[in-house]
Amino acid sequence: MLLTITTTHQPATDLGYLLHKNPSKVHSFELSFGKAHLFYPEATPERCTAALLLDVDPVGLVRGKRGQHDGGTLDQYVNDRPYVLSSFLSVAMGRTLGTAMTGRSKGRQELADQAIPLVANLAVVSSRGGEGLIRELFEPLGYTVTTEHHPLDEKFPEWGDGPYYAVKLEGTVRLKDLLNHLYVLVPVLDAEKHYWIGKDEVEKLLRKGQGWLVSHPHKEAIVRRYLPRQRQLAREALARLTEEDNPDPDAAEEAHAEEEIKVEEPIRLWQQRMGAVVAVLRSVGAKRVADLGCGEGKLLRALLDETSLAEIVGMDVSYRSLEIASQRLKLDRMPAKQKERLRLIHGSLMYRDKRLGGYDAATVVEVIEHLDPPRLAAFERVLFESARPKTVVVTTPNAEYNVKFDTLPAGQFRHKDHRFEWTREQFQAWSGRMAERFGYTVRFLPVGEEDSQVGAPTQMGVFDRA
Amino acid sequence: MKITIPELSLVVLIGPSGCGKSSFARAHFKPTEVLSSDFCRGLVSDDENAQAATNDAFDVLHYIARKRLASGRLAVVDATNVQPESRKPLVELAREFHVLPVAIVLNIPEKICHERNQNRPDRQFGPHVVRNQSQQLRRSIRGLEREGFRHVFVLSSPQEVAAVEITRQPLWNNLKHEHGPFDIIGDVHGCYEELTTLLAQLGYGIQDEPNGPKAIPPDGRTAVFVGDLVDRGPRIPEVLRLVMRMVDEGTAFCVPGNHDMKLMRKMKGRDVQLTHGLADSIAQLDRETPEFKKQVVTFLDDLVSHYVFDDGKLVVAHAGMKEEMQGRGSGKVRDFALYGETTGETDEYGLPVRYNWAAEYRGKAMVVYGHTPVAEPEWLNRTINIDTGCVFGGKLTALRYPERELISVPALRTYYESAKPFLAPTDAAPALSAQQQQDDLLDIEDVLGKRLIHTRLHRNITIREENATTALEVMSRFAANPKWLIYLPPTMSPCATSKRADLLEHPEEAFAYYFHEGVHKVVCEQKHMGSRAVVVICRDTDTARKRFGILEPEIGVCYTRTGRRFFNDLSLECQLLERVRSAVERAGIWESLKTDWVCLDCELMPWSAKAQELLRQQYATTGAAARAALPAAIAALRNAQQIPEAASLLESYIQRGEAAERYVDAYRQYCWTVNSLADLKLAPFHFLASEGAVHTSKDHIWHMETLAGICKADPELLLATPFQVVDLTNADDQAKGIQWWEELTARGGEGMVVKPLEFIAKGAKGLAQPAVKVRGREYLRIIYGPEYTLPQNLSRLKSRGLGAKRSLALSRKQITEQFLASDLHTSRNWPLIFG
Repeated sequence: MLLTITTTHQPATDLGYLLHKNPSKVHSFELSFGKAHLFYPEATPERCTAALLLDVDPVGLVRGKRGQHDGGTLDQYVNDRPYVLSSFLSVAMGRTLGTAMTGRSKGRQELADQAIPLVANLAVVSSRGGEGLIRELFEPLGYTVTTEHHPLDEKFPEWGDGPYYAVKLEGTVRLKDLLNHLYVLVPVLDAEKHYWIGKDEVEKLLRKGQGWLVSHPHKEAIVRRYLPRQRQLAREALARLTEEDNPDPDAAEEAHAEEEIKVEEPIRLWQQRMGAVVAVLRSVGAKRVADLGCGEGKLLRALLDETSLAEIVGMDVSYRSLEIASQRLKLDRMPAKQKERLRLIHGSLMYRDKRLGGYDAATVVEVIEHLDPPRLAAFERVLFESARPKTVVVTTPNAEYNVKFDTLPAGQFRHKDHRFEWTREQFQAWSGRMAERFGYTVRFLPVGEEDSQVGAPTQMGVFDRA
Repeated sequence: MKITIPELSLVVLIGPSGCGKSSFARAHFKPTEVLSSDFCRGLVSDDENAQAATNDAFDVLHYIARKRLASGRLAVVDATNVQPESRKPLVELAREFHVLPVAIVLNIPEKICHERNQNRPDRQFGPHVVRNQSQQLRRSIRGLEREGFRHVFVLSSPQEVAAVEITRQPLWNNLKHEHGPFDIIGDVHGCYEELTTLLAQLGYGIQDEPNGPKAIPPDGRTAVFVGDLVDRGPRIPEVLRLVMRMVDEGTAFCVPGNHDMKLMRKMKGRDVQLTHGLADSIAQLDRETPEFKKQVVTFLDDLVSHYVFDDGKLVVAHAGMKEEMQGRGSGKVRDFALYGETTGETDEYGLPVRYNWAAEYRGKAMVVYGHTPVAEPEWLNRTINIDTGCVFGGKLTALRYPERELISVPALRTYYESAKPFLAPTDAAPALSAQQQQDDLLDIEDVLGKRLIHTRLHRNITIREENATTALEVMSRFAANPKWLIYLPPTMSPCATSKRADLLEHPEEAFAYYFHEGVHKVVCEQKHMGSRAVVVICRDTDTARKRFGILEPEIGVCYTRTGRRFFNDLSLECQLLERVRSAVERAGIWESLKTDWVCLDCELMPWSAKAQELLRQQYATTGAAARAALPAAIAALRNAQQIPEAASLLESYIQRGEAAERYVDAYRQYCWTVNSLADLKLAPFHFLASEGAVHTSKDHIWHMETLAGICKADPELLLATPFQVVDLTNADDQAKGIQWWEELTARGGEGMVVKPLEFIAKGAKGLAQPAVKVRGREYLRIIYGPEYTLPQNLSRLKSRGLGAKRSLALSRKQITEQFLASDLHTSRNWPLIFG
């Protein structure tokens, strides 16, 4: 809520000219989220400090403006927003220090164009990326960074350290640059924007970042965090930045290809899994397939490519996942003939569901490990007794293989939401029981590169109705 | 001419254009009952005479007719219907919905029809149109009954048409005006001795009179027989004589069983095989007089397939009755009543496999039936089979309605060997009841989409589709085993906003609210600041299995208000449950309430045990940020305080700084480190239910005292909730209540909950709020933010909308109690869900 800027460049009171604000007064501004006050705690020829104090009104932000029905910007009264420097600071700077940020000064233009010793004190910033992030952002710009970590609650050290720091930046820079750095990088530290991010945010970022962002070693991270949850915008901004940055597109192409291979390594397993499932579906000649627990539709996409499949149903318990699947598969723009083949339904594997009856095959790919063991019983009956497809393909992680993942600590599951991970023996025992109880035969296939000791990373059971 | 039609039927008007169908329909039926093809043409094409739109128009007409018939409403089809092919889909429609198709033919001379058409500008077609239609009509008339119309009325002149009077007749099966109470008796099969013993046990006086035995029912009761009086057993004629007399004298109703019908067909001389015990009936009846035999045939012939009693709340049929067939009449309905449905497969004994209609039954009416012998009558989705195979050596069972009480007498001996053993071997009792087995697998149709829940307490409650959607996800992915989730606690509304300048909440408003709702006494309970926890505890794992269908070795559960398990650490949960179980046991609850399980609504402390993430992410962070930022601002302002505006800012920032400190003090009160069970406190405040009882009929003092008894047994873990009773008609009493609240909140307590003394209180307009909370000034910082007490904040916060919260609190209360109650009656279909 408090930013101070101090200079010792003499006469220090010239800071008032640079900021266009008279040091002998308190300048107050009404803003949509509260008020901003600019005043000078000290103003001597040797040393002058300007303070920008934000009065963020939490009640107003939750309630919204009078007559506005959709409520406010915040949804909680108990909130750190009134106390930390965040995107509210940038808005306040835009309103109170707009001219200073452009580098213009009436009467002191030379000084404005000159690098002078400046110290910025940020009373509290929230940095989920810790002290390292603060340094990464500001040090490349030539600042000496000092931080002080505030405890979360000294009475409860077991709650861990909070994300709050007092930050001091010292450097000899133009005031305009300092202001623009703060304008962009404070919200980046905080990574939470109080307003809806639209297209003009890209413009704003490019404008305020002019001249320094392009050469910042962490520009990708800055752009992504400045435009949180807006990958498309971030990509666009990055592309425009690199356009300016890199005149040799071929070199960039090569670099990207290399990155992709790195990214692909973990992806290869799921692709192999999709391939294996499709192979099984082909082998049994399935025409109508239900993908149970389809998630965001990775397998559905592969199934759509199989022209032999006349009907594909994707079901998931998460409505959000189905929405994403629908977007990724571009369901609304799919040609009618193609669209006819695919249906997404919201449902749960805990409930008997008439809609699932009569399919040639059902695929249950990496799903069962997300079910609580006591509720497997319901799932078993829903799938094998009620839906009763001719063929069932179940895949699940092979717990034995986990030792081969370098990054996975021993004893830990591959995914946070996994409720169990089975060894091959456990999976085969379960599958055998299912087959016997519900009149299926079952065979097992390894998916992914098989290790002689611990088997393949994914295990697959194919059940055929006897 | 008087025309009598069944009250639920599909009436098909037949006649050429201009014969007066529409006028006839207007004269005799409600406008909404009449479905006119012309009107439907208009609906789809803007032109009532557009012949090109005919197919679409009939699609619409049939669609509406289906909807009406499905919901049990008469429909009249106003179209020419002169061709057999246009009538055929209508007859099929009537059959599909088990209603009778009725044909009313307006066979008006061609000339008149044509003249009428000439007078209408929109019907300027040649005379050949009416001529063709009249010819088709005349060709049709004789065949209408063969086409499937059960009633055909032909009106041949405008005079006849004008003289028609239509009466609607209730169906024979409609006995909705009979309210009982009833004693419904299972398949007798000639077991006369067992029948008289059972009747005697039910309080019927049996008198032997010269013309046969007579049964005199106890006050106002009526017997209902589910059929299969005959075959297999030793004394078939006596059973018939007694039941026929009871029916004749109006002390009993009887629906037919398949055996009864087969016997009737044989006695009428049809070719029927003498199998399945029919030979016994024939042999025994041969000893009777021809006159009696004639009476038997008449009696059996008159039996109505099934009965709907008590405003539609009770249905009795021999082999059961699906919801869509209840109160309908058709061959299919009769077949279902007599035989049920089969899947077309046969089992290992060569007997047809029965389709388990009861498993899918979701109707509101209770269905009592027999037909298939079972070892024990079991409820399943509001249906019960009470054929306990007396003739096979089982027992004869009666269900008392509305008491839902089962009374049985054992068979004196086995009279007939069952082809299939129906008595389960005693040493291998089924692990789960029929209802539990079914509840193992819930149906998606029961939870998806917009739902209406009818509650006992108040009114219908709608669950919006998007809420159901979310709930499905939460229940599927995160909830504890739904079999344990017999109750999800409702939310609670705060009291009205205080008029005092410096407070948001004060007991005055809570007291005033209840006083004006007509409540005399309230109970004030100390509000604990922890996390809501529902605890279900069974005496042992066996009870958990029998009562809740839990197959895992668990004796209970502790879950949150959204149905998730409270503890991630299962061993901690186990220890807690064991301690509670033991306390319940030592308090003598198993004996005093004759139960082997209890369900308690509790608060589990500390708050930080469950809310640690929330504390770290929101509460502590806010405090940390405030305590770091405000001093810096204060210091800066202090340096500028020579400027007057800065000085006034400084003052307000000093206040804010103090508020932040108090905020941190406030939440810290409810936090302490939990290393083991010893650090937890459980404060039960509602004794929700135990076997056979939802304790909503008991007042809060009973709850408090009973729970205090349990808490005393383990004061280390369990915390009895301090409470006070306040007489709202006594100002001193109110003042004492307020003083108590002031003391509680001055010590940093959250505040108190005010409840009407009666658990369920009817207010001035419907139900009163079950409880309102009155929270302390300091505590509310956790809700409204550290600085809410600053005048500029408080004044705005005082205009808070409580309406939505209150309505939510009320409807949740009703649903949860409804489910709790229905669960105890073992007719639960779905776990309860909230969005």
